[in-house]
Amino acid sequence: MRSLLTGLWVTALLCCWSVAARSQIKIGAVSCLTGSLSTFGVSSIQGAKLAVEEINSGGGVLGQQIELIVEDNQSKTGESATIARKLIGQDQVIAILGDLTSSSTMEIAPLAQEAKVPLLTPSATNVAITKAGDYIFRSCFIDPFTGQMMAKFALDHLKAKRAVILTDVKQDYSVGLTEAIRQYFTANRGQVVREISFSSGDTDFRAQLATMRSVRPNVIFLPAYYTEAALILRQAKQLGITAPFVGSEGWDSPTLIQVAGKSADGSFYTNHFSVADPAPTVRKFVHSYEAKYHVAPDALAALWYDGATIVCEAIQRADSTDGAKVRDALASTKNFEGVTGRISIDENRNASKPGVVLTVENGQVKMVQQVLP
Amino acid sequence: MEQLTLFLQQLLNGLSLGSIYALIALGYTMIYGVLRFINFAHGDVYMLGAFAGYFLAPIVGHFISFAEYDAFTPQNILPILTSIGLVMIGSMLICAVIGVVIEKLVYRPLRGRPRLNVLITAIGVSLFLQNMMQYLFGASPRAFPQLIPVQPIEGLGDLTVLTTQAAIILSTIVLMLILRFIVTKTKLGLAMRALSLNPTACSVVGVNNDVVISFTFALGSALAAAAGILVSLDSPSITPMMGNLPGIKAFVAAVLGGIGNIPGAVLGGIIIGVLETMVVGYLRPELRDAIAFAMLIVILLFKPNGILGKVEREKV
Amino acid sequence: MSRARLILIISLVVFFFGSVFGDSFKSSVFAYNYDILMTIGVNIILAVSLNLVNGYTGQFSLGHAGFMAVGAYASATWSNNLDPILVNALGGPANLIAVNLAFFISMLVGGVLAAVTGLLVGIPSFRLKGDYLAIVTLGFGEIIRTAILNTDFLGASRGLSVAGAYTNIFWTFGLTAICVYVVLSLVHSTYGRGFLTVRDDEVAAEAMGINTTKYKVIAFVVASFFAGIAGALYAHFKQFVTPEGFNFFRSVDIVVMVILGGMGSTVGVVLAAVSLTILPEILRALSHADLLPPAYNGLLENRLILYSLLLIVLMLTRPQGLLGELNTRRQRLNRRHGGL
Repeated sequence: MRSLLTGLWVTALLCCWSVAARSQIKIGAVSCLTGSLSTFGVSSIQGAKLAVEEINSGGGVLGQQIELIVEDNQSKTGESATIARKLIGQDQVIAILGDLTSSSTMEIAPLAQEAKVPLLTPSATNVAITKAGDYIFRSCFIDPFTGQMMAKFALDHLKAKRAVILTDVKQDYSVGLTEAIRQYFTANRGQVVREISFSSGDTDFRAQLATMRSVRPNVIFLPAYYTEAALILRQAKQLGITAPFVGSEGWDSPTLIQVAGKSADGSFYTNHFSVADPAPTVRKFVHSYEAKYHVAPDALAALWYDGATIVCEAIQRADSTDGAKVRDALASTKNFEGVTGRISIDENRNASKPGVVLTVENGQVKMVQQVLP
Repeated sequence: MEQLTLFLQQLLNGLSLGSIYALIALGYTMIYGVLRFINFAHGDVYMLGAFAGYFLAPIVGHFISFAEYDAFTPQNILPILTSIGLVMIGSMLICAVIGVVIEKLVYRPLRGRPRLNVLITAIGVSLFLQNMMQYLFGASPRAFPQLIPVQPIEGLGDLTVLTTQAAIILSTIVLMLILRFIVTKTKLGLAMRALSLNPTACSVVGVNNDVVISFTFALGSALAAAAGILVSLDSPSITPMMGNLPGIKAFVAAVLGGIGNIPGAVLGGIIIGVLETMVVGYLRPELRDAIAFAMLIVILLFKPNGILGKVEREKV
Repeated sequence: MSRARLILIISLVVFFFGSVFGDSFKSSVFAYNYDILMTIGVNIILAVSLNLVNGYTGQFSLGHAGFMAVGAYASATWSNNLDPILVNALGGPANLIAVNLAFFISMLVGGVLAAVTGLLVGIPSFRLKGDYLAIVTLGFGEIIRTAILNTDFLGASRGLSVAGAYTNIFWTFGLTAICVYVVLSLVHSTYGRGFLTVRDDEVAAEAMGINTTKYKVIAFVVASFFAGIAGALYAHFKQFVTPEGFNFFRSVDIVVMVILGGMGSTVGVVLAAVSLTILPEILRALSHADLLPPAYNGLLENRLILYSLLLIVLMLTRPQGLLGELNTRRQRLNRRHGGL
């Protein structure tokens, strides 16, 4: 027993005390590869890896190959901070790509800021993240923009004035979007007749839907993840609710249509990109992704693909691996032609980029319109 | 009038939800009755039942082709009922076997050890099942195939009762009656009841305790599997973690009704189901899960033997 | 002065100097190792305090993470709102004494609030036995977490940022030493006799006139206090807390440490806490070393699969854990003093 413990200690010390040599350009990536958010996490890292591979095969950055150090936070809180410290201290990465969710990114942003290591999150949408400091960047749009997209679409396209907002109170993402939707909708003469809440993990929404049916809205906002959205769409249809649903990018998954079936037809949702977009950059990306991973890319893969490319390009433009120079290069990213649209980093270090509104028709996802920032 | 319809609607939803809890609670209560221990992993057998159904359905569909029908018609009633019957029986059998295997491998060696050890083991089994399934099949929900047409039943006015909800309630009643028959009219059932009263006396009169215990596990697991299939008909989204909350709530239901008491488990299940739906519909939806725990605390403080339970004197 | 007290004071002095020299590592190349070190300290406090309830008093609590949450959120809220005033009143943010005093008060707030919660949870729960107690404590843990999740000024699902990064080697390991000292002292005192009696045979204890509820509650409140302290340390180190971080799985993490170490053995539990904190990091390093095909990497890093297997195997083969004692009548009769 004692020798086992000693052995354990020694191995631990050896593993932890190895300070890596700095030969290649190292970029750290942290996401949720296992655990409850693993489907999102796996897509994101696959997108990032594809980008790095393509850049490496084109000669790398500053004449060197890029090493992407991928870490898994197991969808657990507290892990990301440990990982960030490892990436910064032990692996000495030049920049960090991550995290997947807003709460994990909030955990690591202060650490990156303090260590003056640029951090770019391609998918965390909470506004507060980039306020952590000038080394923190984001390459996706923020909740207020999504909320505005959703509300505007309902008002202008669907001509709906009476709305109900369904919020997942357990998810910060949903709560943040609800705020944004409510603000825009009411400011533009719409009326939010009810805000109804549910929790992720629930499978039975009939109680809430019955209440909702009695207030007769003409549009229903559902900023949530596809796991619950699919069931809600189904149960709403079964209860005879005919008002259209408007969702957000959390809906983006083939599972939504598999579970919801025909009840998904006629609903809309906003997204960062559409896999059916005819633009040549998108087609090329979809083609390479499918060739490598044998499955179509989703929005997260596209976002992280763009995010990784933006970071690498910034290092190239900075012409150095110095943290401050890379930071400045990132901050001056303008009109980057990404798979998810034309991206420019604004003065708050958030991305100014277009979004899309999609609809489901006969089990297929179709693009309705593109929304410019 | 509309308020009344809303109330009746919620009541019906609660009944359907409560039936699921009742089926799972029956397993808890029977196992507690014979072994005096709470099978923490029972909720995960429910999950395994749903997954078994998910994999069985296409196989059954091979032999009896069922399309995703929109409505019942005289032609398709028989194939639909046969296919869902087969899937359910198949899943129940698989889970019965799983239950027996778990008991033999993990719980039997611990018989006679302190109860705490068995409880910890049960927690270990539960976590293992969940996480292994999550590792093997991913955390993303899977779409359970639509085995019966889902449509509102006609003739009830504004009330929406779906075929799936009716199926849940009816199946639960049928299963309960079958269980009652087994427990009261068969030898094994008699042995189960005897074992729950006094295990030592049982082995003295020649009952093979091991067989009876295995049988109890098989029965309980089969019922949980049935619950898993039924709930998946209604909410066709299954995940490896789906057994967590229903498992705990069904346990609360079993305690509410009086642990060890079979009718009590059903009563407890219905009460928890209706209570939960009412709280979510009329109060705050965030309290959905907390209400079961609150019920547990209240019942354990004021009437720890449950509604239909007997007071057990601890002899020294 | 007793030997134990001497050891405690020497340890505190050692940690103080360790802190003075070691804290600069927090923002250096060794930030990762520092992180692991802090986590070890926090986990030791959690495991040793839970051992008091689960191991020495034989009451199976599955809600320990709830008390950690109370301590974390309480001290975080206190620090965020009152520290600017307090620190300035005491001498300004550059004044180390002022900052540390403010932190000390903040931690105390967290610990005391957690202890009060422990009292509120413990009193009704302790009428119950074994399995029921486990589920009720689980329930209370979830209720606490849900309550935080639904409270907006605590950040709800967004999480709460903690302003002060006050945790350092001295506080973490100093408090670890104090926790171990308190637990061991309690166990070796008449209270300890009470705990062990409750564990061994509650009915006999009641028959002898011992107020079993009183001892259970005392153990529980002390354990909750330290869980709260651990929570405060954790919050001021990670600087961001969310309700999800204090869920049932966190409680299970701690329970596994107690069981691995051997319920009723503080030294065992300390070793287990250290090992189980380092283990995931070793696994992480191993998964990078490409020993297994990438498809199986998930298995290595999946802590819960490993822990659940560990629990089952331990219970089947070595239920006393690393250093615990088998709870058999013969060993209890042979025992001359209580286990360490």
